Amino acid sequence: MDKTMRGYRQIPVWLKYLINALLLCTLLVLGNHIIASGGVNRAQKAVILQIGIYILLAVSLNVATGYLGQLPLGHAGFMAVGAYAAALLWKALPKETWAVILGLLLGGLVAALFGLVIGIPALRLKGDYLAIITLGFGEIIRVLIINLPGITGGTPGLMSIPKHSTFLVVYITVILSCALIHTLMKSRHGRAILAIRENEIAAEASGVNTTFYKVLAFAVSAFFAGVAGALYAGYTGILTPGNFTFMTSINILVMVVLGGLGSMAGSIIAAAILTYLPLALQSFNKYRMVIYAVLLIAVMIFKPSGLLGRYDFSLSRILEKAINGRLFKKPGKAGEDHA
Amino acid sequence: MPKFGRRDVSSKMVPLDGLGIIPERDAGKPPILDIRHLCVDFGGLRAVDDFTLLIGRTEIAGLIGPNGAGKTTVFNLLTNVYKPTQGRILLNGQDTRGKSMHELNRLGIARTFQNIRLFASMTVEDNVKVGMSHGYTDGVFTDMFRLPGWWRTERRQHVRALELLDLFNLTDKADTLAGNLPYGDQRRLEIVRALASEPKLLLLDEPAAGMNPSETHELMDNIRMLRDRFDIAIMLIEHDMNLVMGICEGIAVLNYGRIIAKGTPKEIQSNPVVIEAYLGEEAAK
Repeated sequence: MDKTMRGYRQIPVWLKYLINALLLCTLLVLGNHIIASGGVNRAQKAVILQIGIYILLAVSLNVATGYLGQLPLGHAGFMAVGAYAAALLWKALPKETWAVILGLLLGGLVAALFGLVIGIPALRLKGDYLAIITLGFGEIIRVLIINLPGITGGTPGLMSIPKHSTFLVVYITVILSCALIHTLMKSRHGRAILAIRENEIAAEASGVNTTFYKVLAFAVSAFFAGVAGALYAGYTGILTPGNFTFMTSINILVMVVLGGLGSMAGSIIAAAILTYLPLALQSFNKYRMVIYAVLLIAVMIFKPSGLLGRYDFSLSRILEKAINGRLFKKPGKAGEDHA
Repeated sequence: MPKFGRRDVSSKMVPLDGLGIIPERDAGKPPILDIRHLCVDFGGLRAVDDFTLLIGRTEIAGLIGPNGAGKTTVFNLLTNVYKPTQGRILLNGQDTRGKSMHELNRLGIARTFQNIRLFASMTVEDNVKVGMSHGYTDGVFTDMFRLPGWWRTERRQHVRALELLDLFNLTDKADTLAGNLPYGDQRRLEIVRALASEPKLLLLDEPAAGMNPSETHELMDNIRMLRDRFDIAIMLIEHDMNLVMGICEGIAVLNYGRIIAKGTPKEIQSNPVVIEAYLGEEAAK
């Protein structure tokens, strides 16, 4: 626990990054090989892609909810904006790698722009008020999509979008996005965002420009929701306004809360479980949603801070413990009763 | 705790512009804080009335008074938590009107809070780093992509944070969550965080609250050490008279939002108006 203790060997930061990068690359290559060699059927492949998309949605919402400590309820709105922006671009461009990247970026940027426009007025409000204003925003986006059939295809939807979201595209995007959010949070900017969650007045008095950082966190959250939306467009090939209802926002929020507010690993695990669960329970058909709901309630009763609380998984921390021979020792509890 | 060369604490206090007194050693320079006729109304209640005070560049000033006298309100006015109804504040010669709290921090004012406001679920070191909010130029993208600017900033902030924590013997707790610190350490950490923004004026709101006599004594040494080492002015609200009389050079006494006395510790102690405010009319006779 106490890293300043003498004799505790630390892994240099660059080496930590290298280890993580190598490991993730191996997983990517392995996963791609399994899928390419026909190791999974079509239904399973669809689940794997959906999990990746929902991971990104949950992780991006976690920026605004877990790290910044606000409660936006319009995440599906940002996802929709990104999805439609990317879909329209992809339909106009040839099916090339650069077009895929461009579409993902455009989805994110357009969503981030909406995030700025909504965030600047909305973040003057707190708690419930912010929740309601963002909820309203999500609905406005959906209604706009319905009422602009010339651009968005209206209620029937936008068809024949190129299916760009392959396993590699989805997971490279998800991993890169998670890495970028992680590096942002482990910087002075990220600390400022966390400080606002912890105590806004103290943060402001310590010189943190709280307005700027709130809008920044909100825009980053929207950006990656937009990227996830783009992945979604490339996965389904069809976009209808019905994909982006209030319930979608709530589903994403449930993932974040269940995983533990402010824990990226928690968001990832919860997104994976909650995306997989309804599909896995299909054989129980009638009781499927009941079991789903009961599980949610059970977790919230027995682990109110979410599956992981604020704990974040860190491979390098475990490695550090291992090389120091204290892998199985509990961290020191000194001073905890003073909290 | 290393001892630093002590300035002559009993440096003579000299009048300035007929508005107040500042230490003789600061007399050549304009005061760090120049408050004139400050008033604030909450509804129909005048919480602070005609508050005029000067504080010298390296002065340790005290603000005392019975409970509810308006001391914390004065701090909140100085940091623009509240907007004054009348009057003006010059911080280092600059009018603070209309500035946001973080802009004031940049201008050189930092504070602690009566009810501790730490970032409880962040580490001690990160709490201090949040205080280092200016003087760094690495942007959001620099940090996200781990460009050289991030490595530089992190290294600088880490070294500086440990230096500052060392002043209060908190270095070995750098990785502890701030919320898990014992009470006294939390108070000390708040001071360290305030120092991290390199203030010219440090406002301490009841720094000794809840401390035992030996901790209070150590705190007195620490406050002097901060002034000597960083060459800053310190203004503190405190109920512990040993601390106030022991380290403050100029003291202002507040009662019902008005300054009822200003002067050196000696003058305050023998001032009948002050004794009356604290102990009642009988005792003053």
